[in-house]
Amino acid sequence: MFNIERWQEIFDTIRKNKLRTFLTGLSVASGIFILVILLGVGQGMQNGISQEFEGDASNSIWVWTRPTSVEYKGLNPGRFFSMTNEDFDFIHKTNEEVIEYESSRVRIWGAVISYKKESGNYRIEGIHPGFQFIENQSMVSGRFINQQDINEKNKIVAIGNKVKEALFKNDEDPLGKYIRLNDIPFKVVGVYTDKGGEREEEQVSVPSTTAQQVFNRGQTISNLSYTLKPEKDFETAVAKSEEFVATITSYLKNKHIIAPTDERAIGIGNSLEQAKRFYNLIFMIKAFFWWVGVCTIIAGVVGVSNIMLIIVKERTKEIGIRKAIGALPSSIIGMILHEAIFVTAIAGFTGLIFGLILLEVVGPMIETDFISSPSVNFNVAITTVFILIIAGAIAGFFPAWRAAKIKPIVALRDE
Amino acid sequence: MIEIKDLHKSYQMGSNSLHVLKGINFSVKEGELVAIMGSSGSGKSTLLNILGMLDEADSGSYFLDNLPIKNLNEKIAARYRNKFLGFIFQSFNLINYKNALDNVAMPLYYQGIKRKERTDKALHYLEKVGLADWATHLPNELSGGQKQRVAIARALASEPKVLLADEPTGALDTKTSYEVLELIQGINDEGKTILIVTHEEDIAHMTKRIVNLKDGIIINDGTVKQVRANSYV
Repeated sequence: MFNIERWQEIFDTIRKNKLRTFLTGLSVASGIFILVILLGVGQGMQNGISQEFEGDASNSIWVWTRPTSVEYKGLNPGRFFSMTNEDFDFIHKTNEEVIEYESSRVRIWGAVISYKKESGNYRIEGIHPGFQFIENQSMVSGRFINQQDINEKNKIVAIGNKVKEALFKNDEDPLGKYIRLNDIPFKVVGVYTDKGGEREEEQVSVPSTTAQQVFNRGQTISNLSYTLKPEKDFETAVAKSEEFVATITSYLKNKHIIAPTDERAIGIGNSLEQAKRFYNLIFMIKAFFWWVGVCTIIAGVVGVSNIMLIIVKERTKEIGIRKAIGALPSSIIGMILHEAIFVTAIAGFTGLIFGLILLEVVGPMIETDFISSPSVNFNVAITTVFILIIAGAIAGFFPAWRAAKIKPIVALRDE
Repeated sequence: MIEIKDLHKSYQMGSNSLHVLKGINFSVKEGELVAIMGSSGSGKSTLLNILGMLDEADSGSYFLDNLPIKNLNEKIAARYRNKFLGFIFQSFNLINYKNALDNVAMPLYYQGIKRKERTDKALHYLEKVGLADWATHLPNELSGGQKQRVAIARALASEPKVLLADEPTGALDTKTSYEVLELIQGINDEGKTILIVTHEEDIAHMTKRIVNLKDGIIINDGTVKQVRANSYV
């Protein structure tokens, strides 16, 4: 391989056969070029779609209960059960390191809420302070429920903007006023808006402990909601949230004597699941691009071997002459392979460099929602170049081997 | 130099087999200039190919410089060809993308000689055939006679024991043929053993011995009075 005489012989041959060399190189270079562009665009699409999702960062998880569906330990299916404060506290204690915001919810549907002569039917949410962040509510005036309210079971309420508009006419300031929830007076401490829409503002929030006591709910809660701490990338976030869901599901099933096989009893809403579906879509797209890329490479290899066959055919007579004047079969194979590998390597790297330059130059100019900073993993690209070179060498070997087997007499007779 | 005993060779042509050489006994001493004659199909080219290790005999023995030539694998055959034999073909068989000098230097490349020495040696042999001025020309820039002289220089470059020429004048006109023969005679005068296959009487008579082949056997083998090619020119 490092025989200088051989190199001189190869360079001589290449210099004297420019067109042939150029055509071989072109098919290899374009194969690699197309592969690099495809991989780059695939990566760009992944980046683009990930950005769309990471902008929202809606990694919230909701847990609710439904009647059981599987008979277990002598308990009939169709049994109702409720989560309790104990569950909330336990999950809080055992998952502290992953939870960002948390809240249990005690829901009272269609409560009558009145102030002076105005009244209406609204939902009461008995919640924790974290609920404000989970629901993305922002205060218009006053404050939200805080931990002290929970501990002291204060009869205070934060009201949605719609409720405020309905009950407090003439721009009356609701802060410090008492409104009646199902005829029980609560002091208004804040007004909030919710980007989620008007429906989310047609509700009032009270401390969950207060709601349980005042509205006779004992220790039970309607559902649990959490957001998890952000992770450094999306895959980890999905994995963490799935792990979290699995942990709390198995805890709740164990605690409330629910069959491990019961898929119905505990309802889980995981907003990351939604995003994960998009990730699967991206994965499919990338897989498709890979497939196209690999096919391109295969086409390139087939092209190279075709050209090698033609070259050997064209050089049959030359090979015969070389053998007649004393060329060893191994030196014939070596000559043809050496040339093939040299040409594919140079062409492969040329294609790679052009592809990378194009991605580098044009990449930043692409600004759509679904493609962002297309790039290609350099190692992957280098690997494909080497695969192509090796495949080209293998493809070139058989014609070369056959050429070396040609009897010089036959080759020379070939006029 | 060459010892052949009871050489047989047949070719498979579809379903029939063609018996080309039917027991050739033949020997050549060092320094001889031999013409092998015969009409087409007489087996003369086959004999030369076997002598040149380009082809293998079915049976019989062949000694080259007391070395038995049999059951050669490709590798050994290639080495022997390179070391012992120089070929001159009817259609010259030069490599058309290499210039005259590189063509002559080719056997030396396969002997593993360094480029510098190769070039010096090749130039020496090109001078010997009178083409030193054409060293950098490609074969298609040369006339037929010049091409054949390049081929002769190439055959000589590896300093073989025997030169084998297959119809060396077959593609040349009479005047050029005689010029080539003059060159060959000169090389023979220096002591090189040369075998020429030809079907031209005048060419054959410029050698020192004529072997006549017909239907795969030698019908006539005798020395002749050599006609010097330069007497015609």
